[in-house]
Amino acid sequence: MINKRTELLVGLFVALAIAAALLLALQVANQGMAGSGEVYKLTARFDNIGGLKPRSSVKVGGVVVGRVSRIYLDEQELIPMVELEISEEYGLTFPDTSSLSILTSGLLGEQFIGLQPGFIFPEDLVMIEEDKVCETDTLLDCPYLTDGEEVLDTKSALVLEDLIGQFLFNQGEE
Amino acid sequence: MNFLQNLGRSTINKVTAVGASSIMLFGALFAFPIWKNVRLTIQQMYVVGVQSLLIIMVSGLFIGMVMALQGYTILVNYGAEGSLGPMVALSILRELGPVVTALLFAGRAGSALTAEIGLMKATEQLSSLEMMAVDPLRRVISPRFWAGVISMPMLALIFSAIGILGGHLVGVDWLGVDAGSYWSIMQATVEWEKDVVNGVIKSIVFALVVVWIALYKGYSCIPTSEGISKATTETVVFSSLSILGLDFILTALMFGIS
Repeated sequence: MINKRTELLVGLFVALAIAAALLLALQVANQGMAGSGEVYKLTARFDNIGGLKPRSSVKVGGVVVGRVSRIYLDEQELIPMVELEISEEYGLTFPDTSSLSILTSGLLGEQFIGLQPGFIFPEDLVMIEEDKVCETDTLLDCPYLTDGEEVLDTKSALVLEDLIGQFLFNQGEE
Repeated sequence: MNFLQNLGRSTINKVTAVGASSIMLFGALFAFPIWKNVRLTIQQMYVVGVQSLLIIMVSGLFIGMVMALQGYTILVNYGAEGSLGPMVALSILRELGPVVTALLFAGRAGSALTAEIGLMKATEQLSSLEMMAVDPLRRVISPRFWAGVISMPMLALIFSAIGILGGHLVGVDWLGVDAGSYWSIMQATVEWEKDVVNGVIKSIVFALVVVWIALYKGYSCIPTSEGISKATTETVVFSSLSILGLDFILTALMFGIS
């Protein structure tokens, strides 16, 4: 018959294996991040997304505020569309006039989206105070970026070949 | 004429061995769903799994530490020491974890299985079981087989986790790589399905092969002291070679041209 100690040690072994799998899932592969935490979605269209990938980060001055959740092609206009998930912690923080640009960390690093916060017109501030536009259900007139909204001001990724082409073209004109 | 006869004999022997080992594997695979065997399997998991834990954890720690040290000295030349995390994690998860665990498992548990079953055969315990109408495949082989197949992927996971922590120990705590970049670039690079799950699939395949070889070599050994010693040696040699060969094939299928 199996004694208690053997069973206990096998149980410990299995628990250790599960702990290792969890460590690999959460800390190493970061599987749990996508679903955890409240997020709101933004969309943006770019002319060229360069090397941007799903799960690339969205940063404001270096601080990660969200991730790219999906990249797809707009079927009518054939323009890359990028879907962003911004942490709910930063809800009603970024004005509508914020701009997105695709940047590269370091010379050879990963590409990420830099969010440059915009400004709010004084008359909009008054609207927030008096008409409570940011507390309605639809949030249509709210001057902050809210769930499902599209960021209109975007700057595409720099493509080295295009830059060189432009440079040579300008040289030729002179 | 003599040469042809030898060739024929050795071919027949090889084919017979493949057939016999397949019959044994079939017996072991389909003898599982009996409640008594589950308890025997847990008993064997203690022998092949828990008792291999120490050697797996210590080698995992040191391999992770060495990877970090070697990687750092090269990466720091390019100012890319931030990529130490993904380098350690990917090489351990994809290759070193499953392969080194399987090699250690073959040496630590595979040889013990062969010797144990070989001695059971030499002392006619297997025949006695048959005399008592107990199927030795069901009573002896099957629990060991399943215990090995269940234990090894878990050992490989533990190996990988400890190796990555060992890399952190040397890279971050000793050499001063930034802890944030060690983990965050690792998280951005390592993919759950592609890297972690494929590593587990590899170690399941290795487990099947190692345990099968070990059990068959014990079951079919010549029941003398030389026979057992030869069978044990063959277990370690054959399993190591098939692990390395299969690893190349699996890597080509998983990470090669798609």
